[in-house]
Amino acid sequence: MSESTISSVATHVGDNVQRVDDAAKLTGAAMYASDLVFAGMLYAQVKKSPHARAKIVAINTSKAENLPGVHAVLIGKELDYRIGLYVVDKDILAKDAVRHFGEAVAAVAAESLDIASRAVDLIDVEYEVLPPVLSQLDALDESSPLVHPDLGSYDYVKASFSPKPGTNIPNITKIRKGDIDAGFAEAKWIVEREYTNPSVQHVPLETHVAIVEWKAADEVTIWSSAQSPFTLRDLFCRAFKLPHNKVRVVVPHVGGAFGGKAGIHLEPLLACLSRKAGGRPVKFQATREEEFSLLPCRCALTYRIKTGVGADGRITAQKLLMYWDAGAYADYAVNVTRASAYSAAGPYDVPNAWVDAYTIYTNKPWGTAYRGFGHVEFFWGLERHMELVAQVIGMDPLEFRKKNLLKPGSTTLTGERINEHTGSPLKCLEAAAKAINYGRLTPEEEERQARTGRRIGKGIATLHKAPAMPSFTTTAAVIKMNSDGSVVINVALTEIGQGTATVVTQMAADRLRFPVSRVKVAVERDTDKDPFDWQTVASKGLLLTGNAVIAACDDLLRQAYSDAAQVLRAQTTDLDHDAERIFVKQRPEESVTFSALSIGYVYPNGNGIGGPLIGLGRYTAQGLTGLDKETGQGLPALDWTYGAHGVIAEVDRDTGEYKVIKIASAFDVGKVINPGTMRGQCIGGMIQGLGTAECESYVYDDQGRLLNPSLTDNKILTAKDLPEEIECIAVETPQLDGPFGARGVGEHPMISVAPALANAIHDATGAELTHMPVRFEDVWRAIHNKQPIDTWVTKAPADS
Amino acid sequence: MWMSVEVNGHIYEREVAEHWTLLRFLREDLELTGTKDGCSAGECGACTVMLNGQAVNACMVLATEADGATVETIEAEASKGELSEIQAAFARNYAVQCGYCTAGMVMSVRELLRLNPKPTVAEIEEGIEGNLCRCTGYRQIIEAVLDVSGQLTNETRGGLKYV
Repeated sequence: MSESTISSVATHVGDNVQRVDDAAKLTGAAMYASDLVFAGMLYAQVKKSPHARAKIVAINTSKAENLPGVHAVLIGKELDYRIGLYVVDKDILAKDAVRHFGEAVAAVAAESLDIASRAVDLIDVEYEVLPPVLSQLDALDESSPLVHPDLGSYDYVKASFSPKPGTNIPNITKIRKGDIDAGFAEAKWIVEREYTNPSVQHVPLETHVAIVEWKAADEVTIWSSAQSPFTLRDLFCRAFKLPHNKVRVVVPHVGGAFGGKAGIHLEPLLACLSRKAGGRPVKFQATREEEFSLLPCRCALTYRIKTGVGADGRITAQKLLMYWDAGAYADYAVNVTRASAYSAAGPYDVPNAWVDAYTIYTNKPWGTAYRGFGHVEFFWGLERHMELVAQVIGMDPLEFRKKNLLKPGSTTLTGERINEHTGSPLKCLEAAAKAINYGRLTPEEEERQARTGRRIGKGIATLHKAPAMPSFTTTAAVIKMNSDGSVVINVALTEIGQGTATVVTQMAADRLRFPVSRVKVAVERDTDKDPFDWQTVASKGLLLTGNAVIAACDDLLRQAYSDAAQVLRAQTTDLDHDAERIFVKQRPEESVTFSALSIGYVYPNGNGIGGPLIGLGRYTAQGLTGLDKETGQGLPALDWTYGAHGVIAEVDRDTGEYKVIKIASAFDVGKVINPGTMRGQCIGGMIQGLGTAECESYVYDDQGRLLNPSLTDNKILTAKDLPEEIECIAVETPQLDGPFGARGVGEHPMISVAPALANAIHDATGAELTHMPVRFEDVWRAIHNKQPIDTWVTKAPADS
Repeated sequence: MWMSVEVNGHIYEREVAEHWTLLRFLREDLELTGTKDGCSAGECGACTVMLNGQAVNACMVLATEADGATVETIEAEASKGELSEIQAAFARNYAVQCGYCTAGMVMSVRELLRLNPKPTVAEIEEGIEGNLCRCTGYRQIIEAVLDVSGQLTNETRGGLKYV
């Protein structure tokens, strides 16, 4: 087979192929970790701290231990293990101190959920309550209590992170580009403002759930709703010092994740309970309330932006200070900080930039990865700020953005040169603006405004994001042919609803030139059976796994061609294939079917040759580097997916009530693999982004107790809360190293929805909104508390 | 309490604890795990089933309240391996992502169409308001309902646009 014969026939890629997991999910047949039950299985329950910060003086578990049906009771002091993704700072159960409301201090495994609940109630914990550290800015104060007095003794990933012992700072990321002082000196205007947002919940419909069995000889099996089975296994084995081949992680269907199920969560605790209970499997599923504070959330952020602009409207300098509220543990927050720092200026060309991004411990539930990985949070401030700067310098916000967008030849904050293949933020912005008739009201809108008395405003916002991942991130795919010529693909990229199984099926089908009906992607992920994948996060799956799947298909075809060449007495360069057979190009009647080759070819006399056709494909992110710790310079980005939103909102200026009439969003995805699933990702993200924009927020009392851990008090959007019109637009600037030219778009639809909405509300009312979520009362207050724009201008031309 | 209930056409006679919900009874006792538990508090709708022909949150009904009743769950929606019209419309319109809300959503759509065979978009939004979905943003579910009720037109059919 010559290389030229391996070419893709895009018959399924780009098409509306129906999702491959529909039938199982629509009939209730799909099994999730929460549906699994095993013989001898015990049920775990957790005793949780009612305080945000306290010393544990004593724990009495004797009554719980004596309750019939209880098989194991655990407290922190029994467990000499520490867990952590990047900074190893978390005990499996709190030992001497509790660091957040809802933290686990003891756990029970019993024969039924009812017994386990009763046993937990029988555990007495004596606390010495201490004043909590609740604001990340207060936590920076030298007089602040330390959430982790032992920070200096913790292990951490030294190549990427910089904890400051003796402080509440588990990481600072710095970016230095150009000459910041010269840039501000050159500026005609300097505009400074602060933007804030609180923690929020991922709210997967399936709460975190796991079953762990720790049998004799340290044979451990974990069934989990985890996004990333291999990373879970790695972190687990590191904590318990177990070899990887002793620990098997199985992930069945996952009921939504959104980053909250990346990393490691309940599994170590359940493992210890199982070991103590003699190896019986132990199951735990968080209640909805526990999902809010026993499990992690999204970090809060305070973002201070100082922008210098020249007379021509070009940004000359930007100083960007990020204060990330990690909560009680560093978890993903340190990496959210890092990824946000190197993206901090958005898709704009900023010649001189200074970023200091702090991760800060507080006594609150800890922050983890959440769709967008920091970008939803900082783009809130950034794209509100761009609107403000445009206003200050008297330029149309769209024109101001267009003037400053990255274009071929621009360099990013870390020094990466953008080229014509990187993608087009301009096309996205123009498409989104056009879709909402930006900058004017249509006659229908004028009429509606007159009829309702509500003012209609329009807002735009841009976005970008690259996968936040190690520079050497790898993945692999295995494709196995069955004796009828159909294939089964194993990848460890988890199907969490995003449609991975479907697009992998399409890409493999096209690479093999098979119909999709001949391709199956195995449903369950299993670290004992699947080839390695780092994690299912970061919108990197389509590109990395896509390339690995293509390589695996090519490997399988190469083997099939080699065996066929022998059977057909031809050279591989003489051969070509269709869906059914490999044939001699110049004599197509000379052929052998895939089915005949699939598990080894058999000659009429009974001789066999070849063997099972099994293709292996590997892929490693190409050419990326770490970042210099002092300057942040380097190449962190696998790809950049650009996008933009346009929002039309209608606002009642008397009450602050508003309604989103339309949201239109455009993303440069390189190549659309499946329009239906892509649109699903986009709308899902846009509406999740609107939830973040409009109403979602953790609310605490002054002692750090979470007041709204339910879907009644922490509402997410329902079907009744949708905009009247939702439009999704694809831009296709092919990614040179992307499968079929594609790049990921899993997280991006959620990013920058909030500032697009607030910019529309600003357009309608002049309300200066700097805090997300934007509730009706916030709009009302902002309308009635208008500050002069000079409030935020620290340098202006003398004549302005 | 000893109870007898017809679930998906089968009569089950069981001793059931008074404090067990219908949801727990269906999932743990009858092992019908297609019905999901998203909150146990009547907030999310993932556990929606038909009780005597009406949609209810199974987590808000005690199992004993179903004594003598007829219950239908997602496991009875398809027949002889063929997806129902509602299920097929969900599949055609990409109304499923992670799938955890899907069973409850299908049940609520069935209830909606029983009461209102040609619902408007606003009526569909009202009809599935009690079913939370975090993945899809609801729009493709609404399109599936328009589709199955014969109302999907070029105007109501959403699609990805290209520039």
